[in-house]
Amino acid sequence: MQKWRFRPGRKEVKKEVDKLFEYFQYPFVRYALIVGVLIALCSSLLGVTLVLKRFSFIGDGLSHVAFGAISIAAVLQFSNEMVIVLPITVISAILLLRTGQNTRIKGDAAIAMISVGALAFGYLLMNLFSVSSNLSGDVCSTLFGSTSILTLTKGEVWACIILSALVVLLFVFFYNKIFAVTFDEEFSRASGTQTDRYNLMIAVIIAVIIVLAMNLVGSLLISALVIFPALSAMRIFKNFKAVTVCSAVLSVISAFSGIVISILAGTPVGSTIVAVDVAVFLICCIAGSFK
Amino acid sequence: MAFITVKDLSLGYDSLVIADHLNFKVEQGNYLCIVGENGSGKTTLMRTLLHLKEPVSGQILIGDGLKNNEIGYLPQQTLVQKDFPASVWEIVLSGCQGRCGLRPFYTKEEKKLAEENITRMGITELRNRCYRELSGGQQQRVLLARALCATGKVLLLDEPVAGLDPVVTAQMYELIAGLNREGITIIMVSHDIAAALRYASHILHIGDTVFFGTREEYMGSEVGKYMFRTARVSEKEPKNSEQICKNGVSDPAEKR
Repeated sequence: MQKWRFRPGRKEVKKEVDKLFEYFQYPFVRYALIVGVLIALCSSLLGVTLVLKRFSFIGDGLSHVAFGAISIAAVLQFSNEMVIVLPITVISAILLLRTGQNTRIKGDAAIAMISVGALAFGYLLMNLFSVSSNLSGDVCSTLFGSTSILTLTKGEVWACIILSALVVLLFVFFYNKIFAVTFDEEFSRASGTQTDRYNLMIAVIIAVIIVLAMNLVGSLLISALVIFPALSAMRIFKNFKAVTVCSAVLSVISAFSGIVISILAGTPVGSTIVAVDVAVFLICCIAGSFK
Repeated sequence: MAFITVKDLSLGYDSLVIADHLNFKVEQGNYLCIVGENGSGKTTLMRTLLHLKEPVSGQILIGDGLKNNEIGYLPQQTLVQKDFPASVWEIVLSGCQGRCGLRPFYTKEEKKLAEENITRMGITELRNRCYRELSGGQQQRVLLARALCATGKVLLLDEPVAGLDPVVTAQMYELIAGLNREGITIIMVSHDIAAALRYASHILHIGDTVFFGTREEYMGSEVGKYMFRTARVSEKEPKNSEQICKNGVSDPAEKR
């Protein structure tokens, strides 16, 4: 953490640690850590499935849709934008995952289309019907994560905890089915598994996670939370269970240290977490090649 | 009543019919080979038999105590599977998924079944290996073990030897013939006529001419004679066929 400084003395390290503990006294710092870690955990769980299903970009696509939805909510002056953002994102997720098979527009093209379309449409709406005085600031914070992670209320934290617990429970409960559907959808369907139902479930969960995660890293960087831990874990481990567990652990560690670093160094939260994720990925690549 | 009875079945995509008026029966213990040119609808027929696709018209009746999801399936490999981080054990066990319904975890019996099928396919020493690091033949054995977990009655195999070398191909055919001798009904899509004629009890030929009957009847029929001649010609010119293999021309139209 201190490398960029010239020879950190013992005193200085102690000072930083003290500073950290001092920050932990504030509830908003604790809230940010709790929410950040939980979101990282949830997104990494589904990340493995999405990467393997060749849907790495779905996080990106959906978050852009959510951006479009936020701008609609802003134009319509909704007080609680989740009312409109969540349903729109969930519906897009379902449509996107459904287009995966046997359609004229293939999965990646559909994602790219919806993603860029929603982004452009959202920005256009914000520009045309702007109600805020600081338009580019608004857009920037929606794209790269705002400071709203540091202004969470107790209620929001609880909502996040409950939703995350739900996601983790669903994942554990349906783990074997998710594996079967990810590895070979045709086979699962032929042998009597309701693959459509599980695809739908995956779509809904990923949409919820993305809407939650928008506060943390912003809509441009969400994909990083979804794909980096999964890709890192895949460098090292060779069976599905180990990859899933490792990806969750890596994601939690990265999110935690990313938030801590951003507090200490005063860097933006979202991009710091993503930078840590990238660093972890590089380490895993090197570790994997030595194996 | 037969295991599977197909009555006046038409197959196709959207409004395009690629094969129509198919009639055939599969009895318990049969070894049916579905042959035909590329694009004649072999894979579509298989997908329709598995209820992955709705038929354009006609009926598929299932009887003799066979249930809808008691058909084991050996699909062609997909792109996703080529770099999938999963152990052999995890994949074979996932064959039991169809039995689970809403139950989230596998029972002891299902784990035992998976263990048995791993032994049956002779891949015990690969149990904890990563699927993507196995050879093509080994991967097919893993998928076959998985299909056996789904059923002990009927196996549908879609080009089980595609991309395998001659030695492994022969082993694969023997393995399948062995399963058939143990009483498992086999339905195989193939364009390897020679092998089809060596192992199958019944042949379904689809394409411009449709034929269904036992192997002997097929050998006596016009289309059968023609196909058999072509197969023998290509066997006589191994150099030529080897060359084709090396160039990697193995009908891309069949692969999705």
